[in-house]
Amino acid sequence: MTTTDAGPGTSSIEEMTRIAIYRQMVQMRGLEKRAHDLFLQNLVKGTSHLSIGQEAIAAAFGAAMRPGDYTFATYRGHAHTLARGVPMAEVLAELMGKANGLLGGKGGSMHLTSVDHGMMGSYAIVGAHLPIALGAAWSAQYRGTDQVAVCFFGDGATNIGAFHEALNLAVVWKLPVVFVCENNAYMEYTPIATVTAVARPAADRASAYNLQSIVVDGNDPDEVYQTATTALASARSGAGPSLIQADTYRHGGHSRADPGKYRPAEEVAAWLQRDPIPTYRARLLDSGVAEQTLKDIEDQSAAAVEEATSIARNGIQPDAAAVTKDVWADGSATWRN
Amino acid sequence: MAELTYRDAIARGIAQEMRRDPSIVLLGEDVAAAGGVFKTTVGLLDEFGPTRVRDTPISEQAILGAAMGAAMTGLRPVAEIMFSDFFAVCWDIVANQIAKTRYMTNGQISLPLVIKSGNGGGLRFGAQHSQDIANWAMAIPGLKVVAPSTPRDMVGLMAAAIRDPDPVLVLEAKGLYAARADVPDNEIVDELGSARVLREGDDATLLALGLMVPRALAAADRLAGSGIRVTVVDVRSLVPLDTATILDAFSRTGRLFTVEENPRLCGWGAEIVSIIAEERFTDLDGPLIRITTPHVPLPAADALEDAALPDADRIAETVAEHLERG
Repeated sequence: MTTTDAGPGTSSIEEMTRIAIYRQMVQMRGLEKRAHDLFLQNLVKGTSHLSIGQEAIAAAFGAAMRPGDYTFATYRGHAHTLARGVPMAEVLAELMGKANGLLGGKGGSMHLTSVDHGMMGSYAIVGAHLPIALGAAWSAQYRGTDQVAVCFFGDGATNIGAFHEALNLAVVWKLPVVFVCENNAYMEYTPIATVTAVARPAADRASAYNLQSIVVDGNDPDEVYQTATTALASARSGAGPSLIQADTYRHGGHSRADPGKYRPAEEVAAWLQRDPIPTYRARLLDSGVAEQTLKDIEDQSAAAVEEATSIARNGIQPDAAAVTKDVWADGSATWRN
Repeated sequence: MAELTYRDAIARGIAQEMRRDPSIVLLGEDVAAAGGVFKTTVGLLDEFGPTRVRDTPISEQAILGAAMGAAMTGLRPVAEIMFSDFFAVCWDIVANQIAKTRYMTNGQISLPLVIKSGNGGGLRFGAQHSQDIANWAMAIPGLKVVAPSTPRDMVGLMAAAIRDPDPVLVLEAKGLYAARADVPDNEIVDELGSARVLREGDDATLLALGLMVPRALAAADRLAGSGIRVTVVDVRSLVPLDTATILDAFSRTGRLFTVEENPRLCGWGAEIVSIIAEERFTDLDGPLIRITTPHVPLPAADALEDAALPDADRIAETVAEHLERG
């Protein structure tokens, strides 16, 4: 068992890619902050799970993946959806239950999906999508394409049976799938360490499935990008799956209803110092990217969020006729003649 | 025309479709090298090879997850869950994932997949390997459910299920695996959602499914001996449900008996009875009677399992008794 520490070596990543990752993170942050504001105005209903603080993982993977690759995400999936190029307005309109939402209002925050963008779904039952992602990888292998399925999940999923079933079968069938554990240290409200037999929830399980233990700093976009690139290339070459533990931290609570008060103040403060957006901004400036370039990205992102908000707010309510559409492939919900 | 067992008909139906469409793959525990623990997939590994016919670990969530992920990306998987009781360990993938995904994604994702499973009692396996889960499956929006009762229907409904663009659960009556009947040699493709009238009589209508179909037919023979002539309908498909055929067969006799293997509560017969109560009330000539397994887990011993499952004697006696009362 070895631990791969990709380190902050950045020389191999093109500046364009790094700027694209930065832009993506800023957009994710901007959209999710707006989504939170809209909750407070009761314009977004139900629940929602924000990735604020964790954006580097989705953004860097998004940059490393190819258009034909498959993303499988969780109920905390807004960032992963944007990472595949899904328009902000469609995401926000879906959160607001509008007809112009990504799913016409039928899915909501926890089920964002856009097959056209390779976003194969956001799954709201913890761990359920790991076996589904392996199925997509099986299909790619069977069809002889070089597509890779990337499956994002939280640390809590490492204690559910589907995680173990999926890892085992993916290795046995040598499938092109990359499993990415976004370890934010809390399984909903409970510290993952207090309910898990091993210290590193994903990485310490890897050896049981004949996989390398890989831990990356999930708040370092360069490190995530390099690790993603290696894992994707390995999968594409036929070498089988990877399991990556990306350590990170969510700035807020588990969901809309959770202020996250169970976390020690000094722990939160320490992680806020490692916020991937300002730290990456500083690194880009250090490496010679112009302040104006980054400022332009921030301004454009803010404008894009405003525009998306306007489109989503102006969306009409879904037609009630949609309730009985699309259970079946013929578009109907008919169960009798 | 050749005589086939019900179990051989399963492999025959799958093979017929696999020859036609290379996107069809088969996976499950022991389905490849062993030909299935019930020998329902014998010969498929030899004919189609190990990339299309795959043994899996005992990982029901992984089996059905793999089928779902493959179905949404261009394949048409046939997955086996060995005993339908085992659906309880992967019901999330069936009920939350497979059944809901098309709807939740506003029609973006199609899941053309088949789950085949040995279902129901009659083999003395005890409560965790014998139950009829038709009533679980039928209750889930987004899942089609068929339960063939003859080798010919098995070939045709398996083929129809594989060709269908939606997820279909094919319930194989374990108690019928050894049953034999003639099956035409040509390609057979049936239609989902079609019931079949097997026998006609004016006194009452019996609806049966799966293992209960031959028992209802045997009961009809006995009743004929005492001058009672009944119609027997093989329901064949629970979702979609052929209410046109079923309601028509009921209205011709005015009396209805359902013969259900499932435990009493929320069986498929209850749904049909409620439809008749709503839509054909004026055609009723007597009470609607459900003949079911009692609301118990299925016991193992010969004497107990036989006492639990409806058999021809109980069906015939129940029908005769109720018709006598008028």
